[in-house]
Amino acid sequence: MSVITAENISKKYIIDHKSSKRSNSIRDLVSDTFDSIFKPNKEENSKGKEEFWALRDVNFKIEQGDRVGIVGHNGAGKSTLLKILSRITNPTTGQVKISGRVASLLEVGTGFHPELTGRENIYLNGAILGMNKEEIRRSFDAIVDFAGVEKFLDTPVKRYSSGMYVRLGFAIAAHLEPEILIIDEVLAVGDAEFQKKCLGKMRDVSESGRTILFVSHNLVAVQALCNKAFFFEKGTLVDQGDTTHIVTTYLSKISQKNLERQWNSIDEAPGNDQVRIKSFKLIPEYQDNLMHIDVRTPMQLQFEFWNMEEESNLNLSMHLYSYTGECIFNVGTTSQTFSKGLVTGSCEIPGHFLNDGSYVVSMMIVKDTSTVVYNMEEALSFDVEDYREGVTWYGKWPGFIRPQLNFSISQTEPVVND
Amino acid sequence: MSHSVTIKADGSEKDYWKDLWRNKQLLWILSKRDISVRYKQTFLGMAWSVIRPLMTMLIMVFVFSFVAKLRPDPGVPYPLMVLGGLTIWLFFANTFTQISSSIVLNSNLVSKVYFPRLLMPLSAVAVGFIDFLISLVLFICLCFWYQYSPSWQIIFMPFFIFLTFLTSLGFGLFFSVVNVKFRDIGQLVPFMIQIGFYVCPIAYTSRLVEDAWWYKFYNLNPLVGIIDGFRWCLLGDKVFFNPISLYSTLVISLIALFLSVMYFRKKENTFVDHI
Repeated sequence: MSVITAENISKKYIIDHKSSKRSNSIRDLVSDTFDSIFKPNKEENSKGKEEFWALRDVNFKIEQGDRVGIVGHNGAGKSTLLKILSRITNPTTGQVKISGRVASLLEVGTGFHPELTGRENIYLNGAILGMNKEEIRRSFDAIVDFAGVEKFLDTPVKRYSSGMYVRLGFAIAAHLEPEILIIDEVLAVGDAEFQKKCLGKMRDVSESGRTILFVSHNLVAVQALCNKAFFFEKGTLVDQGDTTHIVTTYLSKISQKNLERQWNSIDEAPGNDQVRIKSFKLIPEYQDNLMHIDVRTPMQLQFEFWNMEEESNLNLSMHLYSYTGECIFNVGTTSQTFSKGLVTGSCEIPGHFLNDGSYVVSMMIVKDTSTVVYNMEEALSFDVEDYREGVTWYGKWPGFIRPQLNFSISQTEPVVND
Repeated sequence: MSHSVTIKADGSEKDYWKDLWRNKQLLWILSKRDISVRYKQTFLGMAWSVIRPLMTMLIMVFVFSFVAKLRPDPGVPYPLMVLGGLTIWLFFANTFTQISSSIVLNSNLVSKVYFPRLLMPLSAVAVGFIDFLISLVLFICLCFWYQYSPSWQIIFMPFFIFLTFLTSLGFGLFFSVVNVKFRDIGQLVPFMIQIGFYVCPIAYTSRLVEDAWWYKFYNLNPLVGIIDGFRWCLLGDKVFFNPISLYSTLVISLIALFLSVMYFRKKENTFVDHI
């Protein structure tokens, strides 16, 4: 039985490019109206406005008990869809039929009042999310326990740490008992331990046969929790189906990579009188027929340049930076003497080495082990996606690197009971 | 299933009012929230609800009775007349102000969760009502002081309270919707209240303007019927009360309420796009 049926839903927004023309106060409205009456310059008035379709002709059916992950770039229409399904805004056209009680969690702790105590906020937030008093009273202890805020129940939440605040907010939402649960990106908050708790709770919810819609950028979590996925791009539902399939398609599309650069003639190539760059490539050895780099993927970097000086003593030095600019490592080759002509260097980055994240590579040509001849800054960039096996934790894996080391545990001395 | 809904482009579904009724607990909780956060982190707390009407009355008695030498209705002490009118006026003014800003003040809810939006203006009434009850108690104390016993008309009081509520809703709802898009309302409302204070028969009795040529227009102000009528409930036949003003209040307020609710219902689903 399908619990949600969406037929041709679209949502249009009008974007006003001219901020000065926005009639956001009555004074502006009056002066705009005057302008439009006395200055018959129609073109100017219509120019600044643009239609923007946040969603366009979206059709889908969700069956009872489905756990649907929604993936897509920022601005692909995911949040708009959730807003429509949670009845916060109406679609411009089309309709959605929903059967069952819906609870939507677009934010943790919606409607918390900073001046009220934790206890009061549990009742307030519960009621806002659609629980009745009896339901809240029944799960009150479980909520407090889940959030771990017993000691601060009678403290105003404005004195809570942000972690406590989020925990309490999620705890309340986790104890909702709707038939359909809509969740937007709540895992982005909270510490690792709490995230684990949340995901565990969400799995419980899904196992009890309720329907879940889940938007997250955490693809590992989407894969672990959802049996179906929707892929949105520019407001349209481009693909739907099995989670693994959708996530793979999505990843191969989003990876913001610049894996190859090359120049065919010396004249166009970057460089100087001494060296000219011919090419710089990153060649991943994709795993499992995937088309994206994940933490398992070994990569080879190949660098070619024209040396234009005889008897030149050169070496290469490569820097790998995180997206935020920290240098993760710097490696260099030994120095060698080259004559004029093409020089090639290559470097292997093994699989199970870099953590998931975005990386930037710079390549430096050094003369006589001390003088930088040419530095090709931010030459390549690539994304490493997450991949996990045999874990039930989906929080962000900490660290820049994620090496596989010989790290083991074993029982050395069992306790013998007699 | 019991909770089936169809979300469509054109406005809300049919059983909006049922939905509103289903959410009555939320109404109660939102009201309680507004009341309990009202005087948080104030030293005097609830005492403010007594101090404000009391001080206003004392200042008015001083300015209008001693300085301007306005005369009350014969046989009615001036402070009683002022406090009687002031009580219901403040009820109107507070609820009207609260209602007109209710959507904007709850914008965090509007953009994150669904419930019938009418709950927000409705719950905004609670705070004003509590204040009203407090100043009513103050009024009763003052009656004892002047040894003024109320008459049988007091049984009409609930009617006038309800009428005030409908009037403030009728006008407040409209402004609450406009406020979402034009924050000018936030500036305009206090100004309207200030003007209203002088236009309405609070510091003076309507008897003073009865003979003016514009008196028939004066009664078009729905607050005139409410204030005079409420005073009549409290103080009996000695105060001036023209039933015509009450009829005009009924007609104007109900029309305003009807139009406002229509307007609110039409716009409520687009609040989130403007907030």
